Amino acid sequence: MSLAAAAPHGFLSPNGVEIAFLLVGLVTFGAALVTVTTRQLVHAALWLVVTLGGLAVEYLLLTAEFIAWVQVLIYVGSVVVLLLFGLMLTRAPIGRSPDADSGNRWAALAVALAAAAALVWVVVDAFRTTWIDLHGPAAGSTEVTGASLFQNWVLPFEALSVLLLAALVGAIVLSRKAKAETTGTPTVPDARRGRAEKEGAR
Amino acid sequence: MHLAYPAVLSALLFCTGLYGVLARRNAILVLMSVELMLNAVNLNLVAFDVWLSKTARDTLHSGQALTLFTIAIAAAEIGIGLAIVLAVYRNRGTSDIDRLRDTAEGHETDGPDSDAPAAEKAEATA
Repeated sequence: MSLAAAAPHGFLSPNGVEIAFLLVGLVTFGAALVTVTTRQLVHAALWLVVTLGGLAVEYLLLTAEFIAWVQVLIYVGSVVVLLLFGLMLTRAPIGRSPDADSGNRWAALAVALAAAAALVWVVVDAFRTTWIDLHGPAAGSTEVTGASLFQNWVLPFEALSVLLLAALVGAIVLSRKAKAETTGTPTVPDARRGRAEKEGAR
Repeated sequence: MHLAYPAVLSALLFCTGLYGVLARRNAILVLMSVELMLNAVNLNLVAFDVWLSKTARDTLHSGQALTLFTIAIAAAEIGIGLAIVLAVYRNRGTSDIDRLRDTAEGHETDGPDSDAPAAEKAEATA
């Protein structure tokens, strides 16, 4: 069962759910801010873990538990590891790098603040009087999500598997070296050996 | 719970990701910011799906299904994006998107910048 809808009143009272949502939301937003502003590249990836984990807790508080565990598995488990691998393979500096932000950061800050003001104003104005009812059965338990996914969303699900296969093949093709360059040279064994060493280093 | 809480949080996270995409210089940090934006959209979808599933009788749970699809597409996107960044790094010796200006218009004096990547590429193919 989820955190909010266990019993008639749940593990947390409605106000408790709101307070927990606010606190976890503050932590999530702060970690996101640190992610986009820190000068240490590896720390940015680690703060991204905090952000994504906080979002998983928010999903749990919204009684969408299957999404929460998928978030933990895919984002925290694999996407951040991929990003850390990417940082290592591009030889990102470990310490502070002074040029992590480009020169147009003030324009970017202005754009982001304007977008945030507009979005928050519109959203608050539109949903001022709307409440989510978190009582009753969980809205996103595994049973409910699986039933709706395999009753109503089967065709997009299968199309998505084809897309994942295409992305897999594309990533493999992109990340191997071009064969025409290496085998076209007269010193084929040297090129092959260099490539093997490079792949081993990778 | 008030619906404005998750909506405002997702708007703020989206704008944080927007700032990161515009202000960061390393390509992998830009990819992280794109992930932040996608996650903001996911939070919105989940919140509105929970709201609709309690107000309407029969729903398709389209918000949560779309969230799962978004997560899968984001995983594919991060794989392809990192493969592209690694290929660019192998060819050009940098993952700094301010220096990848081959298709940029304007008065770009690519004196030292055009020599260094060529040397890197020759070194990489040798």
